[in-house]
Amino acid sequence: MTPFVLSSFTATTCLGRGLAATRQVLQQGHSGLQPCNFESVNLDTWIGEVTAVDDEKLPELLAHYDCRNNRLSQMGLETDGFADRVRAAIARYGRDRVGVFLGTSTAGILQTELAYRRRDPANGALPDDFIYRTTHNSFSLAEFTRDYFGLEGMAMAISTACSSSAKVFAAAARQMTLGTIDAAIVGGVDTLCLTTLYGFASLQLTSNQACRPYDAARNGISVGEAAAFALLERADQATPGAVLLLGTGESSDAYHMSSPHPEGLGAKLAMEAALRSANLAVDAIDYINLHGTATPANDAAEGKAVGALFGQRVPCSSTKGATGHTLGAAGAVEAVICALALQDGFLPGSPGTAQLDPAISLQYLLSGREGRVRHALSNSFGFGGSNCSLIFGIAP
Amino acid sequence: MSLAQTSPLTAWIEGIGFLAPGLPDWPSARAVLCGEQPLTAAPSILPTPASLPPAERRRASRVVKLTLAIGLEAAAHAGADVSTLATVFAASGADGHNCHALCEQLATDDRQISPTRFHNSVHNAAAGYWGIATHAMAPCQVICAYDASFGAGLLDALGQLVVDQQAILLIAYDSEYPEPLHAKRDTPDCGGIALLLTPARSQRSLAAITVSSSSAPADRLAHAGLEQLRTTIPALRSLPLLQKLANGQGGSVCLDYLPPMQLQIDIAPC
Repeated sequence: MTPFVLSSFTATTCLGRGLAATRQVLQQGHSGLQPCNFESVNLDTWIGEVTAVDDEKLPELLAHYDCRNNRLSQMGLETDGFADRVRAAIARYGRDRVGVFLGTSTAGILQTELAYRRRDPANGALPDDFIYRTTHNSFSLAEFTRDYFGLEGMAMAISTACSSSAKVFAAAARQMTLGTIDAAIVGGVDTLCLTTLYGFASLQLTSNQACRPYDAARNGISVGEAAAFALLERADQATPGAVLLLGTGESSDAYHMSSPHPEGLGAKLAMEAALRSANLAVDAIDYINLHGTATPANDAAEGKAVGALFGQRVPCSSTKGATGHTLGAAGAVEAVICALALQDGFLPGSPGTAQLDPAISLQYLLSGREGRVRHALSNSFGFGGSNCSLIFGIAP
Repeated sequence: MSLAQTSPLTAWIEGIGFLAPGLPDWPSARAVLCGEQPLTAAPSILPTPASLPPAERRRASRVVKLTLAIGLEAAAHAGADVSTLATVFAASGADGHNCHALCEQLATDDRQISPTRFHNSVHNAAAGYWGIATHAMAPCQVICAYDASFGAGLLDALGQLVVDQQAILLIAYDSEYPEPLHAKRDTPDCGGIALLLTPARSQRSLAAITVSSSSAPADRLAHAGLEQLRTTIPALRSLPLLQKLANGQGGSVCLDYLPPMQLQIDIAPC
């Protein structure tokens, strides 16, 4: 594919707000996970909660978008100077030439969950102040972002569960390649809610401690929340050392709604497609940010797929022990983590993981270390068997 | 405003699938769009998905039945092998009944929701079942753009088709919410359209379409019942295009997308 530059990028997770905080915690090998005390949730699990999301005030004109997910969206947009870079791109290209491609799994469903507690006792109606379109709907974060910048061109939300905000990079890159837009806001935002916390618990996929990706004793995920964004522009805008999107690969498991293909067949297809798209051989990859949710089945399947393609040559890690599994935001968060690895020459480790599962043959990084990264690959896989792999590099 | 693109967003339509209230498939919709048959008000009829394994068939929700019906109809119309097709699903919402049941239970003291309800709650549930039914391991996209979902799906489908030079099946669909959400989002029933799109003309091609942006108002349908379907079921914002296809007419139509951006579709019958 035609490469594109990430001319600005940012991530806000339980590690902190922005790149400096993210970089510092990853380099220290710490985790942002804590025992769950979110809202009224009563579950024996750990979560990755972003600090002070509900203190965020939306502009008065956009008050109808107010919900936890859009508060976190705004926090993310107003971090690391991202919004300023977007505004500069709009000034350069025009309001109809900057697209919006955002991933989410549950958008503002928390708002609906809360509204269902305030139904009219007589007729069951939801409260008047509940607005479905701008909070609950999967498009709400993309429409909020489009209105936040006064954009007038194409926008879409991609909602393929936990691969959502990886797939936005591919969709945006297609439109950039075709020239239908000149720049794209890509990213993902998902926030804590009862649906996902109780839902993953119902599938017995939540851990009762901080998640331990790829550990022999791993026993489930820690749900997190995040907002992560990147601004994609043509690579001729890239300054030396800037991070490039080089390849994207998508596939489907066609196997089961909530379990991965046991041999990681769909995962392998996505990674192969990304390598083809980037026109790179396996030995060009120097770091893999694994999907690594820390469920027994996911890590086993992904481990087989990565091992089959890369053997034990490529250092890899899941960073979900630090950030938690931020679901529809995970692809964008981990794209940003790959971008930091490329720019900093630092390969993050896997907080919480004590010992690599002996059944998995990978060069798994329990601790972070310095190392030159020419190309980084990031995996994101979701419910419904949706797989996406992305490859990033550095502008010469 | 213009999509000043370097590559035209052109595709050939080889197959059409359709389902809406009173219009159980594309042949019946075509007959109404041509004025050969009257539109009869009736609830959408969702066929049982024979292609799913028994366990999944039992769990199949209305959106799963809807998408399998229209997707398989379009593929059969084109004689395409569904196991190799890349897909783009576009929907204004997920499974409304499942969503209501989850929110209702989560508002009680017993929050032990069903795991099946949870995995069926994802926006890409219908796409996941499509994969299980068709064994298609090709890329599968799932988009939401509220009322603009058809347009967003069409743009990404054409993006994949032109960039990757491969056939793609676009499945745009919507479903209703029960009360109390229905009062907040009043989509009346299930409805959807599927288009099997190819990057080159073939003997099976029905028409070529080229999509560009516009700021013109959307075309309306003269028939009040069809116009009501167009405005109340987001996927059926595509009806002006289907009317041209049903009548074998060329020309251009403007479809609602995301104000102020609209989509102009130039149609050339084959």
